[in-house]
Amino acid sequence: MGILDKLRFEKLKQGLSKTRDGLFGSVTRLVTSKNTIDDEVIEQLEETLIAADVGVEATMEIIEAIRKRIKEERYADVQELQHLLRDEIQRQFVQTSNEFTDPFNITGQKPHVIMVVGVNGVGKTTTIGKLAHHFAQRGMKVTLGAADTFRAAANEQLEVWAKRADVHLIRHAKDGDPAAVAFDAVQSATARGDDVVIIDTAGRLHTRVNLMEELKKIRRVIQKQNPDAPHETLLILDATTGQNGITQAREFGAAVGVTGLVITKLDGTAKGGIALSITRTLKIPVRFVGIGEQLDDLQPFSRKEFVDALFEETAT
Amino acid sequence: MFEELSRKLDGVLKRLRGEGKLSQGNISETLREVRRVLLDADVNYKVAKRFIDDVQQRAIGKEVLQSITPGQLIVKIIRDELVTLLGTSNSELKFSSSPPTVILIAGLQGSGKTTFSAKLANELKKQGRHPLLVAADVYRPAAIDQLTTLGSQIDIPVYSVRESDAVSIASHSVDHARKNARDVVIIDTAGRLHVDEEMMREVEAIKYRTKPSEILFVVDAMTGQDAVNTAKAFHDRLNFDGAVLTKMDGDARGGAAISLRATVGKPIKFLSTGEKLDALEKFHPDRLASRILGMGDIVSLVEKANEQFDQEKAAKLESKIRKSQFTIEDFYEQLQEMKKMGPLSQLVGMIPGMNKLPQGAAVDDGAMVKIEAIIQSMTREERQKPQVLNGSRRKRIAMGSGTSVQEVNRMLKQFDQMQKMMKTMSKGFGGGGMRRMARGIPGF
Ligand SMILES: Nc1nc2c(ncn2[C@@H]2O[C@H](COP(=O)(O)OP(=O)(O)OP(=O)(O)O)[C@@H](O)[C@H]2O)c(=O)[nH]1
Ligand SMILES: Nc1nc2c(ncn2[C@@H]2O[C@H](COP(=O)(O)OP(=O)(O)OP(=O)(O)O)[C@@H](O)[C@H]2O)c(=O)[nH]1
Ligand SMILES: [Mg+2]
Ligand SMILES: [Mg+2]
Repeated sequence: MGILDKLRFEKLKQGLSKTRDGLFGSVTRLVTSKNTIDDEVIEQLEETLIAADVGVEATMEIIEAIRKRIKEERYADVQELQHLLRDEIQRQFVQTSNEFTDPFNITGQKPHVIMVVGVNGVGKTTTIGKLAHHFAQRGMKVTLGAADTFRAAANEQLEVWAKRADVHLIRHAKDGDPAAVAFDAVQSATARGDDVVIIDTAGRLHTRVNLMEELKKIRRVIQKQNPDAPHETLLILDATTGQNGITQAREFGAAVGVTGLVITKLDGTAKGGIALSITRTLKIPVRFVGIGEQLDDLQPFSRKEFVDALFEETAT
Repeated sequence: MFEELSRKLDGVLKRLRGEGKLSQGNISETLREVRRVLLDADVNYKVAKRFIDDVQQRAIGKEVLQSITPGQLIVKIIRDELVTLLGTSNSELKFSSSPPTVILIAGLQGSGKTTFSAKLANELKKQGRHPLLVAADVYRPAAIDQLTTLGSQIDIPVYSVRESDAVSIASHSVDHARKNARDVVIIDTAGRLHVDEEMMREVEAIKYRTKPSEILFVVDAMTGQDAVNTAKAFHDRLNFDGAVLTKMDGDARGGAAISLRATVGKPIKFLSTGEKLDALEKFHPDRLASRILGMGDIVSLVEKANEQFDQEKAAKLESKIRKSQFTIEDFYEQLQEMKKMGPLSQLVGMIPGMNKLPQGAAVDDGAMVKIEAIIQSMTREERQKPQVLNGSRRKRIAMGSGTSVQEVNRMLKQFDQMQKMMKTMSKGFGGGGMRRMARGIPGF
C-alpha cells in the first residue's frame, strides 16, 4: 500500500475550503462525532505539515505517533485534542537546555568559538551581526572573523554589522585564505581576552566537494589553536527551504559537525517545517530563529512558539 | 544526490514498463507514488494534486487501451504533462523601441538578485548591448559595494547614489543611462518579503516610475511549499514577466519551478547555476522534465561538452551513448572531459542512466575520484571488455588503485547497470528514441 493512501489527498482537497477557518475552526463544528473528529483533524494536520515543508516521510511518522496517542490516551474534548497534537509535535524536537536558560549566557572556556555555516544567501552574516549584538548587550567582548573572502563585498557587509554591534572584527584582503582569517580571529580574541569569537564563512552548496573541504580546513585550523573549539557550529537554514534542507544538514553535519540550527526569515510566510524533520532525524537542536533584518531580530528558539506558528493561518 | 527524484520515479516507471496491461488499480498506485515523488521534490501539494489528476484523466481511457506498450504511454503522458506544466522555453526579453530598456529585478532576501543582475548584464553585453547596472538596494549592508564589485569584474558601469532612496535612485538611473548612451538599465532591488507592505509599495513605485519592459522575479531553486505564496504575492503586485530559478547548480530538485508555473503562469526565463558570473543558462522545460523522470539530460551534456571540447568528439560520444556501445574506456574519457567543465557531481546526473546507480554510489566527487583510480588501474583490454575481469585481476586493480575488491566489484556493477539502462532506453523508445525523447518532440 502506497504511503499516500494514508494521505488521502482527495479528502484533503475537500478540506481546503475549510482551511481559511483555521485548523481548529472546523473541528469545533465537528464536535458531534469523535471518529469524524479524529479523521478530519488528522487529515488537516497532514495538510498543515506538508504545507509547512515538514516533508511526507516525517509527516507520516508524526501522524502515526499522534494516532497512537489518541488511541492510548483518549481525549475529552476538542480542546484536549488540540493540546495533544501540539504537544506531540513539540516532543519531536530535540530538547535543548538553551530553551529554558539564557542562550546568550555563555560560560566555560574563553573565548567561546562559534563557527557559522550554510548554503548561499540563507542569512549567515546577518545572523552573526545579530548574535554579536546580543552578546555585546550582555557585556561580553566579541570578535568577528570575516572568513568569507570570496563573495563580493562580504568583508564590507560584516564590517557594517561589526560596527552596528560595536564589536571587534578581523578581516583580511578579498580572496585571501579563509582559514587564515579564522586563525587570526581566534588568536586575536584569545590575546584580547574576549568572551566570544564568531567566524563567518562563505555560502557554499554542500555539493561542492572542494568548498566543503575548505570548510573542514577552517575547522581544523580553529582546532589547532584550541582542541575544544569550535564550541558551537551553527547551520543557518532559510525558513523557505524545502526538502533540500535535510541534505544540507546531513552534508554540513558530516563535514564539520553541526551542533545547532538557526532558522532565518521566519518573519515571512514560510514555516520552516523542514527544521522539524531535520531535528528529529539528525538530532540537531534548533538554537535561534531570525525574524527580520535588524540587530534585534533574533530570538532563542521556542518549540511552543514554533508549533503554534505552524498552525497559524497564512492568508494568501 | 540531486537525482534522487529521478531515481524514485524510475522505480515506479520500471514497474510499469513491461507490464502488459494497465489496470485502473495499478495506475492509481503508481500515480500515488508519483505524487509522493513530486512532494519530495518540493512541488506544492495543491499543484501536485492537480498534476496527478491531469495525468489520471489522460491515462485512463482510450489512449491507454489502444497502445501496444502501456508502460511507454504512461511515461509519455507523465512527461508530457510535466513539460506542459513547466511551460515553454522562452528566454526572450522585451526591449523597448525607445531605449533605454528597463529591466527590474525583484524577489525575496538572498534569492540571488544581485548576482543575477550582474550575470544578465554580462550576457547582454556579450550580445552587443550596453547595460547599466543600478544599485537600488539601500538597505542591505554593503549592497552597493557588492554590485559595484561585480560590475567592475565584468566591466559594466554601476549607477549608485549613497544616502538616497530606492525610488529616486531608480528613476534617476534611467536619465543617467539616456545621457550616457546605455541602452539597457538593470535595476537590482533589495530583497523583500511579500508580506512587507511598505517594501512591496516601494517596488511598485519603482515599477511605476521606471516603466520597465521586463520585470523578472528571482526564486531560489531550494524553495519549498511557500513558493506559491511568494510568487503569487509578487505577481499580484508587479505582474512580473518571467522568473529566474537560481542555485540550480545544487542538488535541489527544483519543484518550485513547477509550483511557480502552475500558480502564476509566467515563463521561467533563466537558470542561475553558480556564483561565477558566467553561470547563466536558458530554461528548457523538456530537459527539466526529462531530468525529473530520470531520462538523463543527454542534450545538455552534449551542449555543455561542445563548449569545452571539439564537436567531433562530442558527436562520437553522443552516438556511442545512443548506440549503447559505451565502454569503461569511454566512460573514463568522459569523466576526464567533464572534469574540465565543473564538479563531477553536477555533471554526472546528465549522463543517461547515471541516476540509476544505487543510492550512495556515484553521489559525490569523492566517490568519483575512487572510480577514476579504479579505471586507471585497468588495462586497455579490461576497459573495453570487462568480462575478462576475473578474481585475480580484480585483486590487482584493487591493489593498484588503493581500493578494495568490493569497491572494484561495486564499480563494475554500477557500470553494468548503466550500460543496461542505456540499452533499455534506446530500445524501449525505438531507434534514436533517447535523443528525441530528451529533446521533447511530441510523440517520441
Ligand atoms: N526578512 C528577513 N531577512 C533576513 C533574515 N536574515 C537574513 N535576512 C536577509 O537575507 C539576505 C541574505 O543575508 P546574508 O546574511 O547576507 O546571508 P548569507 O548567508 O551571509 O549569504 P552569503 O554569505 O552570500 O551566502 C539579506 O538581505 C538579509 O538582510 C531574517 O531573519 N528575516
Ligand atoms: N551556488 C550558487 N550561488 C548563487 C547563485 N546565485 C547567487 N548565489 C549566491 O547566493 C548568495 C546570495 O546572492 P545575492 O545575489 O547576494 O542575493 P540577493 O537576492 O541579491 O540578496 P539580497 O539583496 O540580500 O536580497 C550569494 O552568496 C551568491 O553568491 C547560484 O546560481 N548558485
Ligand atoms: Mg555572508
Ligand atoms: Mg542583493
